[in-house]
Amino acid sequence: MPNIAIQASGLVKWFGEEEAKTMALRQVSLEADFGEMVYIVGPSGSGKTTLLSVLSGILRPNEGKVLVEGVDIWALNSDQLADFRLGKIGFVFQDYHLFPRLTTAENAAIPLILKRKDWNEAIGEATKYLDVVGLKNRAELPPVKLSGGEQQRVAIARALSGQPDILIMDEPTASLDGDTGQSILSFVHKNVLNKDRCIIVVTHDDRIYEFATRILKMQDGKLGGPEGKAE
Amino acid sequence: MRGILKLAHKLLVNDTAKFTAMLVGITFAVFLMMFVTSMFSGVLKHASSTVINIGASVWVMDPAVNTVSNSVGMPGYVLDAVRSMQGVKYAVPLYSGGALVKLADGTYQSVTVIGLDDTSLFGRPELIEGKIEDIYAESGFIVVRDAEFAKLQNPYIGSELELNDHRGVIVGIAKVPTSGLYGIPTLYTTYERAIQYIPNPRYTTSYVLVEPKSASDIPQIERQVAALGYRARTKEEFMQRTADFFIYQTGGGTNMLIMTLISFIVGLSLSGQTFYTFILENLERFGALKAIGTKSRDLVGMILFQATFTALTGYGLGIGLCAFLVWLAKRRLPSYAAMITFSNLAIALGMVVVIAAVSSYVGVRRVLRIEPFDIFRG
Repeated sequence: MPNIAIQASGLVKWFGEEEAKTMALRQVSLEADFGEMVYIVGPSGSGKTTLLSVLSGILRPNEGKVLVEGVDIWALNSDQLADFRLGKIGFVFQDYHLFPRLTTAENAAIPLILKRKDWNEAIGEATKYLDVVGLKNRAELPPVKLSGGEQQRVAIARALSGQPDILIMDEPTASLDGDTGQSILSFVHKNVLNKDRCIIVVTHDDRIYEFATRILKMQDGKLGGPEGKAE
Repeated sequence: MRGILKLAHKLLVNDTAKFTAMLVGITFAVFLMMFVTSMFSGVLKHASSTVINIGASVWVMDPAVNTVSNSVGMPGYVLDAVRSMQGVKYAVPLYSGGALVKLADGTYQSVTVIGLDDTSLFGRPELIEGKIEDIYAESGFIVVRDAEFAKLQNPYIGSELELNDHRGVIVGIAKVPTSGLYGIPTLYTTYERAIQYIPNPRYTTSYVLVEPKSASDIPQIERQVAALGYRARTKEEFMQRTADFFIYQTGGGTNMLIMTLISFIVGLSLSGQTFYTFILENLERFGALKAIGTKSRDLVGMILFQATFTALTGYGLGIGLCAFLVWLAKRRLPSYAAMITFSNLAIALGMVVVIAAVSSYVGVRRVLRIEPFDIFRG
């Protein structure tokens, strides 16, 4: 596996047209390697989430290129892009977006089910990932019976069950108290990050900076900062 | 795909409150639609009971006749003319009319009297008691044991009754495939006795029953009868004529249509609205699924499956409820007219499919429009 996980160059993204036009990304370029846990930090409205969406194949940029493991993802059609996301990327959303009517194990098994795995096999495999995040004994409970931290860990288990090369975490501590947020990121750093996986975290919670291998700062749609690779 | 459908199924049925609301809406709508259309089907069938029970292939009648119970007498020469027509194997007269029977307690009861051709007794009912030849006995009548039988105070062989000041004697008890629409008992006798007992206008032949030599002779028989100024209708055409009368000329059809439409609208609004709310509540999660890598066609498949599953389950429950209530009503009221037919089932299914299609269409539109990016933005 080549060491570069994500290579983005010249990303430009704007919303609206003419007078309502808002620049979200201005010529952003970055590289992230496998084995890295890259933080993208910055104030609200700086373009962090837009960048994350463009990198993960969710939002098409107006200009620029994103290569993931050497594949130009924005040259793919919508079905190929969906397959790419399902196969390569794991998402941990800010609000978790767990299905309250499914059990914890069923929630964690969703990527496997979408990959057409047999239902029971998928649940069995997802339970292993729940074990990894320390929630095997909660497998049959609905998410609403879990604490915020536990729900975040279910979301991580769901993201991991698809065995992604790249894990995208959007404001992972936004809905958690400080200690829980720290313990979650510590867990991810210790147990999820490995030499074959790249983790991109968008956050503005400086209490979890200690787990980053690299921090990129965003401001007004530009990537920069002391440890960023500014253009 | 099975796993995705199972996922869709769990998302649907685990939301008990909404799933129940949708099922209640569709079940209620199907029940109402089935009940109204079944009742109407039953009415139409019972309205043609004499046509069904007599069983003649072709009926000759005055062109003004709308239903079998409202016959217009024809002169005797019509029978002779029909008998001499090409393609006719045989033809017999039939009398159909109403009379009043004075019961033993002095009360009166309306009856339908069917006068069968004296020679052939064509169209005679199946006897469950007595012998058919006894119809020729003095004042002989055969009574039909149906839901209205008790209105003649449960007569038996040998019972006497007074019909338009004439003495009548029950000589047989019969059963027929379909009882009448108007809730009155039926008596069979000979044609001659019928016209003798019942006061009649100038012309007494209600119908001429024709047996064609072959089915291919029917069109030419119809042409020859039309040339006489009368009308020949096959059994099916006569039943259709009766049905058309009730549908288009009595307001019954309009009422049924209105009730069916109301049921449809109730079902559509209740289920459609609840399904839409269900989709809205899960919209972000559908967006998350899209972000994770679900293809649009899989999401559409999930929603269509949910709508179809709900619709078909509601359809089954609605049919079951209707069938149960019709069965229950028939236990209490044997003459209860409602009848579930394949056409009723098809109409209700068609409407349920429309409800499912409309509900899923609005859901699909919303889900396809949501951008995974919106999930990130919150």
